[in-house]
Amino acid sequence: MPSADVEEREREPAGAERGGVSTAAAESTFAEVDDRDRITPAIEFQNVTLSFDDKVILDSLSFTVNKGETKVILGGSGGGKSTTIKLILGLLKPDSGRILVDGEDITEYTEAQMMSVRKKMGMVFQEGALFDSLSVYDNVAYRLHEQAVPEEEVEQEVRRMLRFVNLEDAIDKMPIELSGGMRRRVGIARALVGGPKIVMFDEPTAGLDPPTARTICELAIKLRDLEDVSSIFVTHEMNNVKYLTSEYAVVNDDGEIVFEQEGQRLCLTNTKVLMLRGGKIIFEGTDESLHKHQDAYIQRFIRGH
Amino acid sequence: MNFALRVLLEVQETTLLAVRAVGRLFRRPTYVNEMITQMDVIGVGSLTIVLLTGFFTGGVLALQTYPTLKYYGAQDQTGRLVAISLVRELGPVLAGLMVAGRVASAIAAELGSMVVSQQIDAMRALGTDPVRKLVAPRLVALLITLPLLTLIADAVGIGGGWVVSTQFFGINSGSFMAAVWAGLSTDDIIGGFVKTSAFALIIGTVACHKGLNTEGGTVGVGQSTTSAVVATSILIIVADYFITRGLQLIFGLPTS
Repeated sequence: MPSADVEEREREPAGAERGGVSTAAAESTFAEVDDRDRITPAIEFQNVTLSFDDKVILDSLSFTVNKGETKVILGGSGGGKSTTIKLILGLLKPDSGRILVDGEDITEYTEAQMMSVRKKMGMVFQEGALFDSLSVYDNVAYRLHEQAVPEEEVEQEVRRMLRFVNLEDAIDKMPIELSGGMRRRVGIARALVGGPKIVMFDEPTAGLDPPTARTICELAIKLRDLEDVSSIFVTHEMNNVKYLTSEYAVVNDDGEIVFEQEGQRLCLTNTKVLMLRGGKIIFEGTDESLHKHQDAYIQRFIRGH
Repeated sequence: MNFALRVLLEVQETTLLAVRAVGRLFRRPTYVNEMITQMDVIGVGSLTIVLLTGFFTGGVLALQTYPTLKYYGAQDQTGRLVAISLVRELGPVLAGLMVAGRVASAIAAELGSMVVSQQIDAMRALGTDPVRKLVAPRLVALLITLPLLTLIADAVGIGGGWVVSTQFFGINSGSFMAAVWAGLSTDDIIGGFVKTSAFALIIGTVACHKGLNTEGGTVGVGQSTTSAVVATSILIIVADYFITRGLQLIFGLPTS
C-alpha cells in the first residue's frame, strides 16, 4: 500500500507549486523506504545489448536509477551515452535485454504503447531541439496543446515553467532569436510540462560557457532536491559532475532557493556516476570513488590529459 | 545490400508509411489546422507555377500542331487536340512534375532538417506521432490540391491554346471551343483525377519518407531533397504509363 504522503503527491495537479517548493516533494525525502512504489526503480536496464550493423553500441548494460536519484552518465564520444537515453524513450529498441520504466517492462512496447509511457518522462536534447516554426510559448505549451488543454491553463503552466528556468521574458520570441543557453533552458521548460517524474538530459551543457552550464546544472539539482525527479544526466564534462555530486538545493528562511556544498559532514547519496566506454560500464559509484579509481582511462578522463 | 534489394526495401518502407499515414488519419487528435496550412502552402503556393506552365503548354501545343493539322486540312480540330493532350496527359503530368519539384523538395528538406536537429525525436519524446502530425496532413493536402491544380492547369492550358489559335492562326473562337467540347469525355476527366490522386500519393509518401530517413547532417538534407525530387519525378512518369494503360483496359481505347 502506498504511504499517505505518496498518495497525496499523486492527487496533486501535475507539477503543483513547481515555481516555489513542492511541500510533498520535500517531504518525500523522508518517505517510508519500505513503500513498494518508492523502492521500484524509476529506470532499470537488464543486460541490454544493441548493435548497429557489426558495431556493438551497448554491450550487456545493466544499471538502475532509483526514485529521486540522479545518475550522471559519463563517457567519451561514441560511448553509447545518448543511445542509452534513446532506448529509455523507446526511440530505439534493444537487440536483447530488458528495459523497465517505473517497474513497467517497455522492451516490446509498440510505438502506440510507448506514447503513454513517454508522458511520464521529459527529455532535454543536446541543442534544445526546439521546433523552429513555433514560438517559445508554443514550444513549451506543445504537450498541453496536443492534449487540448484549455488555453488559460496552458498559459498559466507555460509561464510557471518559464519562471522556473528564468526565461519568462522570452515567452514571445522565436527559437532563432535565442542564445544556445536560452534554447537549452526552453528545452528544459518544455520537458518539464506535465510534471514528469523522470527527466533525461542529453549533454545539455555541451558548447555552453561555464556560467550558463552552471545554470543548467542548478536546474537539474533543483529538480532532484525540490521536485523529487529521477534523472539521467549524460555529459562528458567534469564540471557538471562536480556540481551535481557535491551541491544540493534547499529553501532558506526567506523562501529562496539556495545551493549548498555537501562539505565534510554531509554526503549526497542521491547522485551516482556511471561511466561508459565502448558500450560497457567501466565504473559505477559515487564521485569520491570515481576520483580514487586507479584505471588509467578514468584518471585521464578526470584530469583531461 | 545490392541495388535491387535497396529499391525493394525503399518501396516497402514508402508503402508502409503511406498505409500508416492513412490508417492514423482518423484517430484523435486530428490535425485539421495543420492540413489547412499545408493546403495553403502546397495548393495556393503552387498556383502561380501551375498557371504559367499550363498556359504556355496549351499555347505551344497549338503552335506546334496547327501547321500539321492544316497540312491535312484539319486545322479546325486544333482545339480538340489541345484539350485531349492537356486533359489526358500533359495537365496531370506537368502539374505533378511542377508540384514534385516545388513541394517534394520542400517537404524532404523540412522533415530532413527536423530529423538532423532532433526535432522529430523531440516530437516523439513529447508523445506525438510524427506520421500523424507531419505525414498525414501533407498527404491529405496533396490529395485535395493536386487534382484541383490540374483542373486549373487544364483550363488555363486550353485558354493558352485558344489565344494562340484565335489570335495567331485566325481560328474562329466558337469552332475552337466546339472542338474542345467534342474531344473531351467523362472518361478523360475521371482518368485525370485518378492520375493526379496517384501522383499526389507518390509525391507525399516519397518526399516524407526521404525526409524522415535523412542521415548525416546538412549534407544528408541536401541528398534527401535531391533524391526526393528525382524519385518523385521518375515515378510520376512511370506511373503515368501504367495508369494510362490501366484506364484503357477499364474504359476501352479512346475513340477520339
